[in-house]
Amino acid sequence: MRRIWRVASIPLLAIVLAFIVAAVIIVISSIVTPTGFDLFLPLGAYGSLFAGAFGSGTGIVNTLVAAAPLILGGLAVGLGFKAGLFNIGVAGQFLVGAFAAAVAGANLAGAPTVLALPVAMVAGALGGAAFGFIPGFLKARTGAHEVVTTIMLNNAAVLLLTWAVNDLVRAPGFSFPRTGEIGNSALPVLLGRNLHLGIPLAVLTVFAVRWLLDRTTIGFEIRTVGQNPNAARYSGMRPIFITALTMTLSGMLAGIAGSIQMLGVIGFYAPGITGSVGFDSIAVALLGRSDPIGILFAAILFGAFRAGAPLMQIETSVPIEIIDIIQALVILFLAADLIVKRVFRVRADKPVISELATVARTWAGGSPPGGST
Amino acid sequence: MGRRLTTWRIHLMELIGTVLRLIWELAVYLFTVVPDLLPIILALATPLALGALCGVLNERSGIVNIGIEGIMLVAAFFGYLTGFAFHDAIGSGPSIALGILVAVLVGALLGLLHAWLTISVRADQIIAGTMMNIAAFGMTGYLNRLIITPSGLGGAGVIAPFHLPDAIANLPVVGPILVMFLEQGPIAMSVLFIVLGLQFALFRTRWGLRTRAVGEHPKAADTVGIDVYRQRYLNVILGCALAGLAGAYLTLESTGSFQNGMTNGRGFIALAAMIFGRWTPIGAFGGALLFGTATALGVVVSIRVPAGDLGTLMQSIPNEWYQALPYLITIVILAGVVGRSTPPAADGVPYVKEGKG
Amino acid sequence: MSDQPPVLEMRGITKRFPTGTLANEAIDLELRKGEIHALLGENGAGKSTLMNILYGLVTPDAGEIRIDGQPVVIRDPADAISRGIGMVHQHFMLIPVLSVAENVVLGQEIVRAGEILDLGEAATRISLLAKKLGFDIDPSSKIEQLSVGQQQRVEILKAIYRNARILVLDEPTAVLTPQETREIFEVLRRLRAEGASIIFISHKLDEVLEIADRITVIRRGKVVGSRTPTDCTENELAELMVGRAVSLRVDRGRSHPGDVMVEVSELRAKNDRGHEALQGVDLSVRAGEIVGIAGVAGNGQEELVEALIGLRRPTAGRIRLAGQDLTRASVETRRDRGIAFVPADRHRFGLVLTYPLDDNLALTRYAEHPFAGGFAGIVRNFRAITENAIRLIKEFDIRAPGPKVPASSLSGGNQQKVVVAREFRHDLKLLVLDQPTRGLDVGSIEFIHKQVIARRDDGVAIVLVSAELDEVLDLADRVLVMFRGRVVGVFPAEEAQREKVGLLMATGGDRS
Repeated sequence: MRRIWRVASIPLLAIVLAFIVAAVIIVISSIVTPTGFDLFLPLGAYGSLFAGAFGSGTGIVNTLVAAAPLILGGLAVGLGFKAGLFNIGVAGQFLVGAFAAAVAGANLAGAPTVLALPVAMVAGALGGAAFGFIPGFLKARTGAHEVVTTIMLNNAAVLLLTWAVNDLVRAPGFSFPRTGEIGNSALPVLLGRNLHLGIPLAVLTVFAVRWLLDRTTIGFEIRTVGQNPNAARYSGMRPIFITALTMTLSGMLAGIAGSIQMLGVIGFYAPGITGSVGFDSIAVALLGRSDPIGILFAAILFGAFRAGAPLMQIETSVPIEIIDIIQALVILFLAADLIVKRVFRVRADKPVISELATVARTWAGGSPPGGST
Repeated sequence: MGRRLTTWRIHLMELIGTVLRLIWELAVYLFTVVPDLLPIILALATPLALGALCGVLNERSGIVNIGIEGIMLVAAFFGYLTGFAFHDAIGSGPSIALGILVAVLVGALLGLLHAWLTISVRADQIIAGTMMNIAAFGMTGYLNRLIITPSGLGGAGVIAPFHLPDAIANLPVVGPILVMFLEQGPIAMSVLFIVLGLQFALFRTRWGLRTRAVGEHPKAADTVGIDVYRQRYLNVILGCALAGLAGAYLTLESTGSFQNGMTNGRGFIALAAMIFGRWTPIGAFGGALLFGTATALGVVVSIRVPAGDLGTLMQSIPNEWYQALPYLITIVILAGVVGRSTPPAADGVPYVKEGKG
Repeated sequence: MSDQPPVLEMRGITKRFPTGTLANEAIDLELRKGEIHALLGENGAGKSTLMNILYGLVTPDAGEIRIDGQPVVIRDPADAISRGIGMVHQHFMLIPVLSVAENVVLGQEIVRAGEILDLGEAATRISLLAKKLGFDIDPSSKIEQLSVGQQQRVEILKAIYRNARILVLDEPTAVLTPQETREIFEVLRRLRAEGASIIFISHKLDEVLEIADRITVIRRGKVVGSRTPTDCTENELAELMVGRAVSLRVDRGRSHPGDVMVEVSELRAKNDRGHEALQGVDLSVRAGEIVGIAGVAGNGQEELVEALIGLRRPTAGRIRLAGQDLTRASVETRRDRGIAFVPADRHRFGLVLTYPLDDNLALTRYAEHPFAGGFAGIVRNFRAITENAIRLIKEFDIRAPGPKVPASSLSGGNQQKVVVAREFRHDLKLLVLDQPTRGLDVGSIEFIHKQVIARRDDGVAIVLVSAELDEVLDLADRVLVMFRGRVVGVFPAEEAQREKVGLLMATGGDRS
């Protein structure tokens, strides 16, 4: 119990502190709203947020549905962190995965689900993997840092997928460019209106990634490259290969996230479906300390924010973007854990992941991790 | 067999001929549009150059700042908001000037935050920058929805660019270059001077020497009595003020409006320009011009369609590819250039004074 | 004379680090005007901490510092500099990409118009100072182009430029050849003659006896004695320094070399900056033989060992092990074939500090049976990993609470033992040792030297690189001297005299 507290206290207190600071922002900004200054607005807003996320069966289902892609996206970012890589490209890999799943799904819409669904899922996974491989390969070969290349790929993905939907795979019979109906490729709904199969799949992936990292030699290689790329090379590992592999696996997880969102929720790809999974995943991975189980809990929390926020905006007019602000504040207090420790007078383990030092060190490092062989 | 080989050969020759002709036409086309292109290039390069200079100042002192994107965005918003709030009261011109000042101050303030987080609190530099970007996106989106969108009103507009007399603008060779640098708003016009000033300051002044020292070997600087933390704070704040100016350029000189996420990756392209320019102000400016050119090409093709086959070819390339060009070029250039440039040795490494306190 | 107060007095200096180590405990030290005062102690005894306190880099918990009899508080290096204290750090505090002039004036720049550097004026002043001290240094050359010995002179220039009256030199001879050591001693004597007071930190007994006017010995953070060179012997000092009688010589017995195990021919390789660091190296090592490689740091030794273990790809030449060509083989293949490596920098290469000891003790064999197996051979066997750790901890006397503590919690000596325990396997063909005892205490050094001899007697071919010439001479059966990427001399142990080897290290053989 005490051990759990040592690990979890800073993340939990960071969330508390983030909510307090966000409340101050809500109160101050209430001055410019038509209703005027309202000291109790945060209480109302947070109440609606909670009600929207957990207040009803539908709310809880919505929370879980929103959490599923965040679990996978969080795992994608977290796995990257383990190897000392910062995959900010989850947004792009998510889109490519969603697009690939939508196209494959639409083509197999009439095939039996046992065939259509796995093929569409694999297509999404491979799409994400391919899009993760590019920055991984570039980092491994040339040292081009993934922070810049993945952001560029995010922007490029949005544009090029728009082109692809417009010019290549536009389905006939719709008033706007989009892909066809996915029909039998859709993820079966297990419960309620939309609790789909992707949710247990995401939870299962948590344990698969955990097994990979903790129990296998590949996981050991990934972690060693993240902790000390030089020692990894010295031990006979190939950091270049591991870097490319980890980014590919990370992209694959993001691609699966896109697939389940596509096949379980959205149903078709149309330009403009961007969403917030990319940035949310970073916050989830950091809050979960890049540990798969931690990521699971963090994803459910952020899923709840996303599920509850619309009700909050409707009922209290507090803009939905307050969630992004809370997210940034959580990250702030995790990175600057000194503040949390001062405010709450606690002693705890450092919440930020030690591999992050490798991310910064290779930032401008020029040479690929572990030198050139 | 022999006949097929011959036809194949003929086809190849034809293909090579076509490609060569297209390249020639492209060269001619570029040559004719260059005078029109130049001012656009500088305009597009301005926010990239200012962002890249922010990166140079930060990283030369040893602090990695990937939050330039976010700082630009917040400064763009508050610059715009200032103009939005005051242009009725004090008029368009003064409110824009005030907006630029506010944007620079906001940039400096966020620089202070980044410096405090990375230097004093010793938060991870990459995460601090990420936090900045997410917070910027959220904060500007939040306030935009709360204040600007419901009002339905516009901002203070933009400063009209300066115009040279036709006699000067039409001079051969010199004319287009003068137009490039002078037919601009005040921020774009000042970029060249800021670049040259910083180049001199970084390599010829005491401040510059100390900056390079703390970025290369902070402990060595410490042992000769230089306050490493102070030097780094100063650089980060100064640099981020320039990122604030870049933000002001976007809303107050270029577009005259604010959209959510309008920086669109410019902060990161700026970092690529910095790396391309090997962490020197002039080099970073060169990088920014290069990326500006890539973007300008996409703009100009749709306005002035080239004639003949080239025109058909260039128009057959979908618009989205032109828009994606700067991002793709950034990746290619980064991959090609990174291994060959050496960053400041202590870049991204927090400095901890041991045994103190 | 006697009523004049000492230039520097340190009284009751105590410093405990947050980790709990008591680095300095009530240390008293007195430096008289115009003397060279040696501070003698083992690695880790607390000498550097004491000097860092004097220089304002470390804040003491208790104690008082007086200069010219006046109590002073030294908060930071700027304070120390203004009191006339100058320091030449063991790891040079020079910025490689800047010029000599820029490095020397940094912090006390000569400026025009308030801010603009006047490097021309700086160069003139530095040349003048250099001439006075007998140095031949071009103020405009970049530090990275200078030899280690020249860099040290720049450090001394830096102190003198700041008008240092009290000069501290931390292990100044560690990186020098015997000839360069003699030259630096000349410089120190000249400075002393001009009235400077010098603190000379070392763990080398012969040097301390040669240069010092007085000697203060520190052991485990405490002063254990003061002597003058005239009233003590080398053995007495050694006992004082270590706390027990020590044999100053390694008992290495006779070697019985077998067949040639390793053959390196015409090996060429580039360093990280793209310069050719190895320019055709030939080397052969027999089974059961230790080949020592002597040389001033930066003459290609690092690149040679990296090429041997597979961390650096040669541009030309061959490496053969037991007749098989391994020139292009990966690190993994080489380890499988029986090559092991103790790297110079255990934190950079040898250990993952955040990992527990058991993972570290299997780090280079993580994918082998019995450490991995099961499904596709990728499932790790934690029982085998832990059992291996428990066995090695016992066998190599590693002082640690258990196999699950992180490597970072161990002392330097014990960390090095972890690396040695992992690499010193019985079934080896070639063992490459790069500075295997750097920074360790005498006990750990003795232990590791014994293990090296034991492996040699098992029939392992051993390549030993060390910046400590004495270590090479003590252990090696054959001594190679490297100079500018080439082997410039080969001596059997009995013909390898200190002076002869040292001269070759410094000049590469083409002298007068």
